[in-house]
Amino acid sequence: MEQSAAPAIRLEHVSKWFGKLKVLQDVDLTVNRGEHIVLCGPSGSGKSTLIRCINRLEEVQEGRILVDGVELRGDGRNAEDIRRHVGMVFQQFNLFPHMTALENCMLAPRRIHRIGKDEARARAMGHLERVHLADHAQKYPAQLSGGQQQRVAIARALCMNPDILLFDEPTSALDPEMVKEVLDTMVELADAGITMICVTHEMGFARAVAHRVIFMDRGEILESAPPEEFFSAPPARTRPDLPRPDPQPLRGASP
Amino acid sequence: MSYQFDFSPLLTYWPELAAGIVQTLRISCIAMVAGLVLGIALTALRMSPSRPLRWLAVSYIELVRNTPFLVQIFFIFFGLPALGLRFDATQAAVLAMSLNCSAYAAEIVRGGVQAVPKGQVEAGRALGLGTADIYRFIVFRPAIRAIYPSLCSQFVLLMLNSSLVAAISAEELTYAAQMIDNRTFRSFEIFAVVGLLYLALSQCLSLVLAAIGRAYFSYPSK
Repeated sequence: MEQSAAPAIRLEHVSKWFGKLKVLQDVDLTVNRGEHIVLCGPSGSGKSTLIRCINRLEEVQEGRILVDGVELRGDGRNAEDIRRHVGMVFQQFNLFPHMTALENCMLAPRRIHRIGKDEARARAMGHLERVHLADHAQKYPAQLSGGQQQRVAIARALCMNPDILLFDEPTSALDPEMVKEVLDTMVELADAGITMICVTHEMGFARAVAHRVIFMDRGEILESAPPEEFFSAPPARTRPDLPRPDPQPLRGASP
Repeated sequence: MSYQFDFSPLLTYWPELAAGIVQTLRISCIAMVAGLVLGIALTALRMSPSRPLRWLAVSYIELVRNTPFLVQIFFIFFGLPALGLRFDATQAAVLAMSLNCSAYAAEIVRGGVQAVPKGQVEAGRALGLGTADIYRFIVFRPAIRAIYPSLCSQFVLLMLNSSLVAAISAEELTYAAQMIDNRTFRSFEIFAVVGLLYLALSQCLSLVLAAIGRAYFSYPSK
């Protein structure tokens, strides 16, 4: 099949404006199947916007975005089809507060894959187990810690059997002691070979799992390199007005 | 002058009062459900991407909220027959109450929908859910929960305002009171007692609505 040969994600000359402000400047990016990308850069550099364009939570004004070889239509008509195999994990978790962890995980598969209750429950429990939260399946989001909520959100995304997972600063809203449990879960996912794009400031995570680290500023990709190269001699980031990435190893690894 | 208070005729007419209470509750409950459903539909129109639909919903809501309820009742009962739309008094009463309630409910429900964080809708979209599913499964319960107290007081008000449909002889509690008054001339006693009955009905309705709220619209929150 032609599609199976296509890269997981391709962005060609993508530009986006919020009003007059240009937030993405002619971005070109190809993400291969199974590749793990870490996207970093100062706040306001367009990293979140970039990944939100991939599942069309944001519209782009110029350029093309292809997911598994399928182009996102300008009118958004095929956005739902594309979202069904592109999972997303948000900074604020965005769990549905009126549903238990289990129900959060069952909703989309039941509505979209049209599977029965028992099958949906089995699938949900499988993924909750994978994020080590099977014991908390019957709890509501308000009864879970931030780290637990984020892991439920990851399980919820996995229940749609996505080919690609997008992480939008998944640990930024967490208390420091909860960051590790979420990162560990993400490392396990990476080991399973899913395509990942992760916006994060966790450089330890980048070192551990990224195939490529991409540095953005002011809507532009300034650098894209494997982590060993990225962290050894950063050419673009020597600009004095830009913060240097945190050279610390994975947080929590050495408390 | 000395008025001799005498509540005994009320005892004779208790079946009429009881029937009036039942009828008041019946038409009020139908109007609450119909009003809420219509109100949600109006909210959907009001938040739709189509400008004419939004305009239609806003016009309707403004019209209903800025005209007297009694005039609305008279228009439906006495006015609409000119267009060939005839209702008996009870039908007209239920229709007027439902339409009136829907406009107020629409305003309240919209507030609830706006109170649901944007991230909830985004999470639904990111999962691939369609707009209808997002509103039905993700937005609905938290939205209703956010505005449930206002909705309940609107429902209590609706029940109290149902006394106005006595003006078109719809047979409910106030209508029964007027009949008894006409026969006994015990106005003070009758209307005092009926007032207290309405008070009791309001209290009961509030309790029932609160129980429904606890059963369907509550979940743990921080």
